[in-house]
Amino acid sequence: MFEILSKGFNQARDRLQGRIELTEANLEDALRDIRVSLLEADVNYNVVKNFIVHVKEKALGEVIETKVSYKGQKLKATPEDHFINICYEELVSLMGPVDTSIKRGPQPVSSIMLVGLQGSGKTTTAGKLARFLEAQEKKPLLVAADPYRPAAVEQLRVIGSSLNLPVFFKDGTPPPELCRQAIAYARESGCDTAIFDTAGRLAIDDSLMMELEDIVKSTRPENIFLVCDAMIGQDSVKTAQEFNRRLDLSGFILTKLDGDARGGAALSIKELTGKPVKFLGMGESLDKLEEFRPEGLASRILGFGDVVGLMQDFERVVDEKKAEEDAMRMLKGAFTLNDFLEQLQSIKKMGSLSDLMEKIPGFSQLTKGASVDDRELVKVESIINSMTTKERQQPTILNESRVTRISKGSGRTRRDVHDLMKRFNMMRDVMKKIGGGGLLSRIPGLNKIPGIGAAFNPSELMGAGLPALNQGAAGGTRSVSSSDRKKQKAKRKQAKKDRKKSKRR
Amino acid sequence: MEQKKERRGFFQRLKEGLSKTHTAIVRRIEEITAGKREISEDLLDQLEEALIGADIGIATIKTLMDSIRWKVQRKELEEAEKLKDALKTEILSMLAHGEKALLVDPARRPFVILTVGVNGTGKTTTIAKMAHLFKTQGHTVLLAAADTFRAAAIEQLEIWGHRAGCEVIKHASGADPSAVVFDALKAAQARGTDVLIIDTAGRLHTKITLMEEIKKVHRVISKEIAGAPHETLLVLDATTGQNAIAQAKIFKEALNISGIALTKLDGTAKGGVIVAICEELRLPVRFIGVGEKIDDVREFNARDFVDALFED
Ligand SMILES: Nc1nc2c(ncn2[C@@H]2O[C@H](COP(=O)(O)OP(=O)(O)O)[C@@H](O)[C@H]2O)c(=O)[nH]1
Ligand SMILES: Nc1nc2c(ncn2[C@@H]2O[C@H](COP(=O)(O)OP(=O)(O)O)[C@@H](O)[C@H]2O)c(=O)[nH]1
Ligand SMILES: [Mg+2]
Ligand SMILES: [Mg+2]
Repeated sequence: MFEILSKGFNQARDRLQGRIELTEANLEDALRDIRVSLLEADVNYNVVKNFIVHVKEKALGEVIETKVSYKGQKLKATPEDHFINICYEELVSLMGPVDTSIKRGPQPVSSIMLVGLQGSGKTTTAGKLARFLEAQEKKPLLVAADPYRPAAVEQLRVIGSSLNLPVFFKDGTPPPELCRQAIAYARESGCDTAIFDTAGRLAIDDSLMMELEDIVKSTRPENIFLVCDAMIGQDSVKTAQEFNRRLDLSGFILTKLDGDARGGAALSIKELTGKPVKFLGMGESLDKLEEFRPEGLASRILGFGDVVGLMQDFERVVDEKKAEEDAMRMLKGAFTLNDFLEQLQSIKKMGSLSDLMEKIPGFSQLTKGASVDDRELVKVESIINSMTTKERQQPTILNESRVTRISKGSGRTRRDVHDLMKRFNMMRDVMKKIGGGGLLSRIPGLNKIPGIGAAFNPSELMGAGLPALNQGAAGGTRSVSSSDRKKQKAKRKQAKKDRKKSKRR
Repeated sequence: MEQKKERRGFFQRLKEGLSKTHTAIVRRIEEITAGKREISEDLLDQLEEALIGADIGIATIKTLMDSIRWKVQRKELEEAEKLKDALKTEILSMLAHGEKALLVDPARRPFVILTVGVNGTGKTTTIAKMAHLFKTQGHTVLLAAADTFRAAAIEQLEIWGHRAGCEVIKHASGADPSAVVFDALKAAQARGTDVLIIDTAGRLHTKITLMEEIKKVHRVISKEIAGAPHETLLVLDATTGQNAIAQAKIFKEALNISGIALTKLDGTAKGGVIVAICEELRLPVRFIGVGEKIDDVREFNARDFVDALFED
């Protein structure tokens, strides 16, 4: 009874503050819309089903903010908007991690084998990859291993000569033998990467699939890429799985993304084979090859580019507001152990603590040379984690019995706890001083905090190559590492681009 | 009698071509309907999934399933075993406009066929197949190599032309496709050729300049011969998913497409998107492609298609 009452009360309070819990009821429409959108994007229906179940599970119960207002910016976001954004972020992470590497073996000549259905874009992509490799000071050799399609060899020759790159072909030689000879030829002629342009084939064409297996046996290519048309429908999965089963692919290349195909195959293939998307074909000419980045494609597959864009703005404003609130609170001396912990965690995200300490002039001064190493951080974390909320906010209430409890809970000595408190108090004093002016300009990145635009140049203070400190280390502002921020920024940019694109169409 | 035998032969061949293709969906639907008598919501959901897997498309599936559900509600359809037949009938009615063979009209000489489509769908190969077919029907055929863009596209058509035994009118690579077409029209008229088939470069329907280029080719043809092209054939790839609908819509708007060739039906892709295209755009499927060889082409027969789709 009491629980229901208090729950009702909490909900009412949340609503007043513009917070809503995501529930089955308020997500119903969004769930349906997303399912339809993904199916229209040609994502495999099993993949869609699993995706929806998974994201729903993740989102239900989450309490989201529906409005934010900060510095004249007022934004609203419905539960649906939030859910769509959660889907977007999930898609981005499903399609990662990014691996656009091209493997090289110990031999002087490495090889890339391109396989796929008829007309998917293998020959064109062979030319694009050759151009891409040459720009990286490699010496590619194009290998015409499609003796079946009329003028396929000639097509590759024309492409080769337009790039001024050699093309290997031997009339009447079966592809497995031809590719083997091509590697020898590459070695003799000083090339370091052989690109096999094989004939298009159906995954169910057993004899032609065996030919590919024979090429693999005779050449052991370091890279086998399936070239897949972005317009492909539900069949993508069958084709990709069968090619992967027989050849153990290294990755995929999605072509013809310069049209309006949504490219749902990218998600299906990644989900069902676990192999990464490597490159994207963005046009017929040989310079139209891009290394894969999940953000743009995720937004394209999901649809709702406008909502995703709105949510990026929304989150940015929420972040800014929180950053300012945190900074203000800190400068007033209300620096709690929670802030301290957050601050340390944000530093941890950036890499080895000891490395960092050396590079930040202001920081080593703040910690009075105390050698804080990475183990130290783990210790601090465990101690703070063993404290009650009240203790974290008001460390002055710590007495001997509390210290004993904390030391037991964290598995640290009482001395460790006392040490930490000493250091924390020192830090807080410094913060207070900063609040009074004086040291303000010594805190890296502080001018990035809206509302505290002190005129100083952070790059002067930070060692070169440390842009990572702009936000996170600015005295516990918020534990958003700058690599996260960079990612978010790229996302926003892409969403904006997508929105523009959708307007143009 | 003779004709019936021929029809069965064709049907067998179609099934042969499609058998690799369609066993999957057939099996699914068999699995779904076998051993279950009552039509439950669950069963209908599974059926819907099978249709999605065949690339039939959400909007079309909704129409199909609404109609099936309505029949179930009105107790016109009660047994699970009958679901398949009911579905077949529904799809068949959607394909009603889909079945109309491409007949060369001897009164219009040259009978001009303009072949268009996005990249890599099988335009050039389908042209070779049509040339071969028309030749065996006793027509004279001329080909125009108006794909002057893709590397070795002209050589590809020349090889096919040689195999089909017909001449190819060509310019150098990179030439204006309209100019090639103009020359080909003149040549066909001068020689009294029965059929002129024009190969064009693949173009995504979203590329405005390329769509303008093909419209210009179309204008050149109509200006030279009133009423031509007599067939503007859109070549669609059966492995393509929902994007095929956008392709068909936009090409139809730009060029007044009169027929479709659906290629690569010999694979595991089901080509279900054609149902929506026939239904929405009222376009006939003139040919289906069932392989890479010159005779791997069939006329589209809706009943055979649906039967082959649903039979073992
Ligand atoms: N628009 C576009 N067309 C492409 C792309 N990649 C290949 N193509 C075109 O797709 C068609 C088939 O390409 P091709 O390389 O011959 O495919 P293959 O049969 O797999 O070797 C050609 O018309 C190419 O120009 C791409 O990224 N965008
Ligand atoms: N399996 C199969 N492959 C086909 C079919 N039609 C064309 N192809 C192949 O698809 C690829 C592209 O064909 P092409 O005619 O060059 O396409 P275009 O770029 O549209 O002219 C070639 O490898 C053809 O052999 C078909 O019906 N079945
Ligand atoms: Mg090729
Ligand atoms: Mg062609």
